[in-house]
Amino acid sequence: MEHFAIKYLRKECLPTPFCPGCGIGIIMNCFFKAVEELGYEDLRHFVFCSGIGCSAWIPSPHFKADSIHSLHGRSIPVAIGVKLVKPHLKVVVFGGDGDLAGIGLNHLIHAARRNIEITVIMVNNMIYGMTGGQVAPTTPRGVKTTTTPYGSIETPIDAARIVKEAGAVYVARWTTYHVIPLKNSIKKALNKNGFSFIEVVSQCPTAYGRRAGFKSPVEMLKWFRDNSIHTEKAKNMSEEELEGKIVIGEFVDREAKGLSEKMHELIRKIQEVKA
Amino acid sequence: MTSNGKNVKFWQGNIACAEGAIAAGCRFFAGYPITPSSEIAERMSLRLPQVGGIFIQMEDEIASINALIGASWAGAKAMTATSGPGFSLMQEGIGYAFMTETPCVIVVVQRVGPATGQASKSAQGNFMQVRWGTHGDYAAIVLAPNSAQEMFDLTIRAFNLAEEYRTPVVVLADELSAHIVEPVEIPEKINVVNRRKPKDLSEPFFGSKDPRGVPPMPEVGEGFNVLVTGSTHNEWGYRYTSDPEVHRKLVTRLYWKIEGNAHKIADYEATDIDGAKIGIVSFGCTSRSAYEAVERAKKDGLKIAHVRLKTLWPFPDWIIEELAEQVDAIIVPELSLGQFVREVERAVHGKCKVISITKIGGGEMITPNEILAVARRL
Repeated sequence: MEHFAIKYLRKECLPTPFCPGCGIGIIMNCFFKAVEELGYEDLRHFVFCSGIGCSAWIPSPHFKADSIHSLHGRSIPVAIGVKLVKPHLKVVVFGGDGDLAGIGLNHLIHAARRNIEITVIMVNNMIYGMTGGQVAPTTPRGVKTTTTPYGSIETPIDAARIVKEAGAVYVARWTTYHVIPLKNSIKKALNKNGFSFIEVVSQCPTAYGRRAGFKSPVEMLKWFRDNSIHTEKAKNMSEEELEGKIVIGEFVDREAKGLSEKMHELIRKIQEVKA
Repeated sequence: MTSNGKNVKFWQGNIACAEGAIAAGCRFFAGYPITPSSEIAERMSLRLPQVGGIFIQMEDEIASINALIGASWAGAKAMTATSGPGFSLMQEGIGYAFMTETPCVIVVVQRVGPATGQASKSAQGNFMQVRWGTHGDYAAIVLAPNSAQEMFDLTIRAFNLAEEYRTPVVVLADELSAHIVEPVEIPEKINVVNRRKPKDLSEPFFGSKDPRGVPPMPEVGEGFNVLVTGSTHNEWGYRYTSDPEVHRKLVTRLYWKIEGNAHKIADYEATDIDGAKIGIVSFGCTSRSAYEAVERAKKDGLKIAHVRLKTLWPFPDWIIEELAEQVDAIIVPELSLGQFVREVERAVHGKCKVISITKIGGGEMITPNEILAVARRL
């Protein structure tokens, strides 16, 4: 029997070029499970936008759909352009932590503020993987990378919290260990009429794991399992207690009218007045 | 409406530009405020919703150019307007638009640079940047208005060229043509070109058998499963990041679809050519002084041929060459330290003398008398 996800993929582009043990396969699987459970037989109602980096290659060229593989950090403005012109399409952005929370953070914050009806899935592997393992804005303190040979002295960014504060209607963070809740969150995010954001902490055994002292991808997944704290529990913990932990769960789930809906309402109103 | 039945508006150049865009079918504008271009965004924010179009002020110019790319692939004719600093920020996105063959229009209202320079003063220092601003090999289409009327006319033409050649097109204005208030005649019939769209999969979206060909452009959401990428790609959009042949084929076509049609794209105004032994080549705001210099010289019995370029790129070598074969000297006035004259000299190829007049800063124009003084010394 053919794998359930094959119908969403360009067969000629398989296998994917991702390293053995990479978390991207798990995330693709969760995404397609979500899409299938929502009843989509194919991806004709979707447009995928991505930037530069390993995670930007998730949809392009693998997904059998329209995809715009844009510049480093710029997938969100491209997605906004698409969504405003064709509001009936589901616009989904895939990207890495460097792409979306580093070079493209400005756009991420403003997209959340605008509450534009797109879904952003950020694969956070805590490193610049494609370029060979340089420190990322998400790299935990003390970790040695190719550009922090003495260990990182910076504080990592908390993208999920920033996006929540900026005004997104749905924000969740999971890891590649938490596949069922991740899939459920993707389903929820895809059905939101506003800006939805999912951060997936993912393993990069090649560029992160082997330098951070993990002997195998499985060890990294176990580390995710053992170091994750649910938002409910994290509420009552101090910053010190949370140091080095991954806070998982839903950060916000609310309703608010999105930008493209408001904009098209405004256009209709102005045209009626003019007529 | 005037007494002779013509539809004439009294418009600022930037307003004329915005109205030209709407007349050409522009239905998406993304921009970021910057002097001396901001009136274009302001006018678009007022007018676009009235015609069912979308206006959005983005967080910066990088976001603006990338929003244009998304909008264009969703099927909209899209425009932004900026000045030097914003245009510098847009360069990577413009390169992406060249590489992915994404039609869009970028209006650059020049101001004094580099950096913040002098925001509200005329300059022509973007002449080379509009051609060579982004990295790699490509060919650019750049139009240069010199009046409010041409801010209207050339913006329409910019959209038509962008749609015909599937490429970004720059309208290179300056503070003068942007802020001058002049009568603008709206023609009864406006020629509007729309991009060629695919009917099926018989023709690829990123390749052509014709080495100067322009492939059909699908929209997202039409079921074509289009793959758009700024990486080197084959004719169906699949990434090929190490194959030299795929890259050569793609990029030489991107180059020749523009340069190979230079004669069709070229637009210029040539006056008083016959019998003149002195010539002037100009563009944009400086051309207004050149016209006046030619008129004053005529009164003194001195004949000066004047070629004013309305398309700067592809650079129309043959027009300059023809002039060089006739005259003994060509005067090149420009508000930059010799960007334009460098290109004129290249096209003249030693066939006549080339005299450069340059001036920068403060928005001070090269005056007709300064041009005349040079002409008289010849």
